[in-house]
Amino acid sequence: MAEPQRARPKPTPETQHFWDGTKAGELRLQRCDACAHVYFPPRPFCPSCASRKVSIFKASGKGFLYSYVINHRPAAPGFTPPYAIAVVELAEGPRMMSNIIDCPQTPEALELDMKLEVAFQALDDKITLPVFRPAKG
Amino acid sequence: MRRNQVAVVGAAETTELGVVPNASQLQLHADAALNAIADAGLKLSDIDGFATAVETPQQVCHYLGIKPTWVDGTSVGGCSFMLHVRHAAAAIEAGLCKTVLITHAESGKSMIGKAPRSIPADSLQGQFEAPFGVYGPPSMFPIPVLRFMKTYGITHEQLAAVAVVQREWAAKNPRAMMKDPITVADVLNSRMIAYPFRLLQCCLVTDGGGALILTSADRARDFPRKPVYIMGTGESVETPMVSQMETFNSSRAFKTAGPLAFKEAGIAHKDVDHLMIYDAFAHLPLFGLGDLGFMPHEETGKFIADGNTRPGGKLPLNTNGGGLSYMHSGMYGMYALQESVRQMRGIAPAQVPNAKISVCHGVGGMFAASGTIVFTNER
Repeated sequence: MAEPQRARPKPTPETQHFWDGTKAGELRLQRCDACAHVYFPPRPFCPSCASRKVSIFKASGKGFLYSYVINHRPAAPGFTPPYAIAVVELAEGPRMMSNIIDCPQTPEALELDMKLEVAFQALDDKITLPVFRPAKG
Repeated sequence: MRRNQVAVVGAAETTELGVVPNASQLQLHADAALNAIADAGLKLSDIDGFATAVETPQQVCHYLGIKPTWVDGTSVGGCSFMLHVRHAAAAIEAGLCKTVLITHAESGKSMIGKAPRSIPADSLQGQFEAPFGVYGPPSMFPIPVLRFMKTYGITHEQLAAVAVVQREWAAKNPRAMMKDPITVADVLNSRMIAYPFRLLQCCLVTDGGGALILTSADRARDFPRKPVYIMGTGESVETPMVSQMETFNSSRAFKTAGPLAFKEAGIAHKDVDHLMIYDAFAHLPLFGLGDLGFMPHEETGKFIADGNTRPGGKLPLNTNGGGLSYMHSGMYGMYALQESVRQMRGIAPAQVPNAKISVCHGVGGMFAASGTIVFTNER
């Protein structure tokens, strides 16, 4: 029997650019051309002012650890507990859920507000997930 | 909405609560409904308005044999029933129907006739949360807790005290699932589920249901039970993705629904005799006390740990034992409403003496939605 698989995102027309970005090693966000609001998750209009004039741009990939849990049970398919489920606040403002790599999954190592930088984890030849690791330097 | 124009005239839970392996989810709806109809001294044919969540109105109405002229299938999670009360009160006032039945039931433990919850891979949750290992409410609902603790200086011991105090209330309720006393140390030594939360800070998983019957306050006088009036109501939604909340320091949905209900009721916090705050997990009463404006968030942990919400305390909170100790079928809001109604009728097992105003505050999803009802037993 095959190992249970990690939940795999299925892009939609509105989110395809994001997943194309992670595959290319870029974290892509959107900015409103009318009011400059930066937002996530992707959509082809501004959730702040409703303008349809929005642009996709490459984010810095910098952020900090906003909050997290360390999940022990039940574990999601494809995960070995304990593992942290984190929410990262990006330098550009939006927050996103992710995982923290290259770091012990412990309360001692996972300090709130610690600086993080994006990394990319290929699930398969189509989908690459954005994850974060402690920022160097 | 005008206050005290609509009243609860029937209220009941399922005959059994806890582990009910001999009934499907749909039958639990019917059991709760028939108990509430009997409680109100009505016939099925008297019901002309119907509301429920998860199951569709057509499913439950057909099973029960109800022919409604008004239905509401609002399904925003565990507080759906608070929203149903609000919508039903508006519908009765507008003359759309006269007698509304609201049902909830869930075979949460036995999983008989209950569709499993799933997250479609092309939904926003499926794309931007599920791939990172969330798996059910215990892995999602506590995600804001560490930020909340850091912002307000809340301690692990204070968050453990929530479970301890609610177990004290549960001990006074014969139908509570968990009645044995626990200590802060017991909570902090219980099995880790999703740090910072341990088993005793997470809700139970049980089977059961409940139903309410509402009608106009003028008609309510002719019913066998003491009417419980709808004094104020509020509702809102924020986001189905916990990661996308505006802040982890409060709930926008709470901060919208709660104050709306207080304003409509025309009450101040000091007027509240009895309080229910939906407690799927131990942090919710702290968010609720802060977001409803009872006190600054910084003080909520100490307030509970100091015993102010326990039996005999100045603000009795979650007097059935809550989702942590009474029961939690998955959508707990109905049981919070039932306890508020019992307290207003004066028949609760852990009755708050002379309680006249009860505030019942619910959450749906992981802070995704909220509904607040202010009840009173004086018109």
